[in-house]
Amino acid sequence: MSNAPTMTDAGEPVFYLADEHDHEAGGSTMLGFWIYLMSDCLIFAMLFACYGVFGGSYAGGPRGSDIFELPTVAINTSMLLISSVTYGFAMLAMDEDRKQATLVWLAITGLFGMAFVGFELSEFAHLFAIGATPQRSAFLSSFFALVSTHGLHVSIGILWLVTLMVQVGRFGLTTANKRRLMCLSLFWHFLDVIWIGVFTFVYLLGILR
Amino acid sequence: MSADLLKILFGRFTLDALPLHEPILVGTFVGVAIGGIALLGALTYFKVWGYLWHEWFTSVDHKRIGVMYMVLGLVMLLRGFSDALMMRAQQSMAFGANQGFLPAHHYDQVFTAHGVIMIFFVAMPFVTGLMNFVVPLQIGARDVSFPFLNNFSFWMTAMGAAIVMMSLFVGEFARTGWLAMAPLSGLDYSPDVGVDYYIWALQVAGIGTLLSGINLVCTIVKMRAPGMAFMKMPVFTWTALCTNILIVAAFPVLTAVLALLALDRYAGTHFFTNTGGGNYMMYTNMIWIWGHPEVYILILPAFGVFSEVTSTFCDKRLFGYTSMVYATLVITILSYLVWLHHFFTMGSGASVNSFFGITTMIISIPTGAKIFNWLFTMYHGKIRFELPMMWTVAFMLTFTIGGMTGVMLAIPPADFVLHNSLFLVAHFHNVIIGGVLFGMFAGINYWWPKAFGFKLDDFWGKVSFWFWVSGFWVAFTPLYILGLMGVTRRLRHFDDPSLQIWFLIAAFGALLVAVGIGAFLMQIYVSIRDRDTDRLRDDSGDPWGGRTLEWATSSPPPAYNFAFTPVIHDLDAYSDMKSRGYRRPVEGFRAILMPRNTPTGLYLAALSFTGAVGMIWYVWWLAGASLFGIFAVAIHHTFNYNREYHIPAEEVVATERRRTTLLAAGA
Amino acid sequence: MSADTHGHGDAPSHGTRRTYLTGFALAVVLTAIPFWLVAGGALGNAQTTALVIMALAFVQVVVHMIYFLHMNARSENGWNMMALIFTLVMVAIGLIGSLWVMHHMNLNMMPGMRSGDAGGM
Repeated sequence: MSNAPTMTDAGEPVFYLADEHDHEAGGSTMLGFWIYLMSDCLIFAMLFACYGVFGGSYAGGPRGSDIFELPTVAINTSMLLISSVTYGFAMLAMDEDRKQATLVWLAITGLFGMAFVGFELSEFAHLFAIGATPQRSAFLSSFFALVSTHGLHVSIGILWLVTLMVQVGRFGLTTANKRRLMCLSLFWHFLDVIWIGVFTFVYLLGILR
Repeated sequence: MSADLLKILFGRFTLDALPLHEPILVGTFVGVAIGGIALLGALTYFKVWGYLWHEWFTSVDHKRIGVMYMVLGLVMLLRGFSDALMMRAQQSMAFGANQGFLPAHHYDQVFTAHGVIMIFFVAMPFVTGLMNFVVPLQIGARDVSFPFLNNFSFWMTAMGAAIVMMSLFVGEFARTGWLAMAPLSGLDYSPDVGVDYYIWALQVAGIGTLLSGINLVCTIVKMRAPGMAFMKMPVFTWTALCTNILIVAAFPVLTAVLALLALDRYAGTHFFTNTGGGNYMMYTNMIWIWGHPEVYILILPAFGVFSEVTSTFCDKRLFGYTSMVYATLVITILSYLVWLHHFFTMGSGASVNSFFGITTMIISIPTGAKIFNWLFTMYHGKIRFELPMMWTVAFMLTFTIGGMTGVMLAIPPADFVLHNSLFLVAHFHNVIIGGVLFGMFAGINYWWPKAFGFKLDDFWGKVSFWFWVSGFWVAFTPLYILGLMGVTRRLRHFDDPSLQIWFLIAAFGALLVAVGIGAFLMQIYVSIRDRDTDRLRDDSGDPWGGRTLEWATSSPPPAYNFAFTPVIHDLDAYSDMKSRGYRRPVEGFRAILMPRNTPTGLYLAALSFTGAVGMIWYVWWLAGASLFGIFAVAIHHTFNYNREYHIPAEEVVATERRRTTLLAAGA
Repeated sequence: MSADTHGHGDAPSHGTRRTYLTGFALAVVLTAIPFWLVAGGALGNAQTTALVIMALAFVQVVVHMIYFLHMNARSENGWNMMALIFTLVMVAIGLIGSLWVMHHMNLNMMPGMRSGDAGGM
């Protein structure tokens, strides 16, 4: 709590703050966004649970080892991991109030993010071509649901990133924009954390099975 | 127009979707149309659209939003209760050769809609509305953490309700029961729009609820007045905190499972299908992982209301505050560990069943602790049987019995006999009506004067109370008996004529409740009509001798709630202030920073509505355009950085001066 | 008011160039090892490999939390950590509970499917 006085000098209780100054909006934003991320984490957890339950339900169709390709996954993982670091550099530039550097690092992050989504889409295209569609089996349904949900989140993150680049470009590194960049930072790193779960439990364990 | 073009423009909507051949629906539509036109006409004639738009629809004020939630809940209560009357009527007459007046196709929609509406669009809005209105006032804040999101959450809930209401007149609703179990809710067995209406109504409303949960958690964590440590918060705020934690923890699961059902229905995936490796028990599993915390989301705020009401109307600090808080926290955690008790009979085996049976029985213990605390508060207290206290006592008697039948159901072997019987139906109505609804009535009667500056009429309130309480028992005791005799739920016709007497008694009970609801509407009308009489008017802001901070403000509170942020010293902050000679400040007022109103929440929700309609009817261009619109409006909104304004000091001075005058006149 | 909005007092720490690069290096290593183990089969036993890569995944999540998300027990007066722990408990209950329940359901109610097709991870 704050350091509000609770007693006057005469020892009488103070019941209200007579000398309060405006506090800016946005004081709850970081906590609120973090709690939202926790709720998002629960959605992913249930999708993981589905993958856990349906992960062996091949319905006579392809298994993980049949369709997962380690090189593709390795490339995807690197794209996302690098984008996490470049976003970190963007935040460092933001802390130093260097608008141009911030924008450059954000752009690089966006490019790596788009590369991630691009590789993922081409992986999906390949899978569709060989008949490994979400409609083939419960295993594939849950694979596509989990990975696509993650990919959709990344795509929305990219859209958000572009919007923020426009806003920072136009209005500068204001307090509000910095707050928004910090929220996107949490979002972006969180998606990388989810991806660790995806490449481990879906791809690697799927190949091992 | 070619058939293909029609298909693109209108999806799978055809004129056949309008239920012109169903007399009940046509009659309802005519009634709704006439009433609706009359209402809209009156609003236009009295030129209140501008007022409604600026003061209510675009308001980000938690007090206004709270009232709008309550209005939504009340309107939907009337719809949900009509479904109940229809079911009672059907079940009381359909024996032997008499098939009743509702064919299965219609009856199944009625019981589905009844459940969906009562849980999602009556109970949730009531609970959310009460928390929205009261919590910022109780913690000494000016508003919630995210006022714009608050407005958006309300409109999303309202649009969810609109989607369900639309299904009455365009197409049809789901015929699956309120949880839409797979595979019945899958494309193979429910290919029509009904389940799609269900899915999208709940997804839209669910987003609103989830955001509201995040909002209130942040508000309680971050915006308490200085000196209000957690263990000095009012109990209602504690229950609100735990409720919203449960919302954040549970609603994502609902979002996920409905999304997967939607994928099955729209994309042909195999999550919950009979073929392709699908396993519909995973749907049951996931929906109840959400479903059980949901019922605690409903009951915890009611418990909070009872705590506030009991201590106020017994003129006594709540007994065992610390144990109340811990009981609430334990209930919150445990509610996440009992969900399988909803499907003991589905074959998970003895070890799983015993685990969940034991946890279910354990969770009744903290609730019992709460009841004892309320009783000990009443003991040696100066009890005043105003309406909120009457509802509280009725709750204690009613809910306790309902809780006990719950413990009976918690025993797996017993549940094998009673699962999906009318005993179960009686149990959950017992706890939801006796617990949640009675709590809402207590809360409405208690906080109405704070919201509007006048009390609710006592006479009609008592009429409503006695008809509700007696009606509930007359309607549901027969169902306990029928359930123990083995009668299954959701049936529309019976062969055994010896059962009919019980259904007739239950139908009579429903009529008693109907009178209770009518009396409640009468209570509201009379109170508004007589609001300036001495009998009802309250100028003090504290008609009950309240103990918590909201009673320190005027009734209704000004937009900014508190001219100066309060500083807290003890539990029951306002009692503490009163007992220590607190004098209301009359000078030194400053300009106050407040959030601006905005129509964006309404626009986004309206686009969600059109998008949902597009998805339901396969009108892909509408769905796509709406989604694009949502992104566009949301992004556009983020370019508006000018979201606050100052209430000028002169206005604060004037408002406070008016209050000083009123208080002096009353003294 | 409970004025946590003032100044930088509880704002999340932002790290330095060094912490991001350290985190990156650790993440690369913690990613490369599992990929190498699965690609090369160096550990022979699939079960052991699975356990090792799951453990490494867990460690990498912690690395991300500390070096990228700057997770600590102090930010937002400990509420971030509290929310995270609570979420992890809920995730564990949901995951373990679902797998346990569904495993038993399948075992009891789909006896023909016991081996191979249906079942958990």
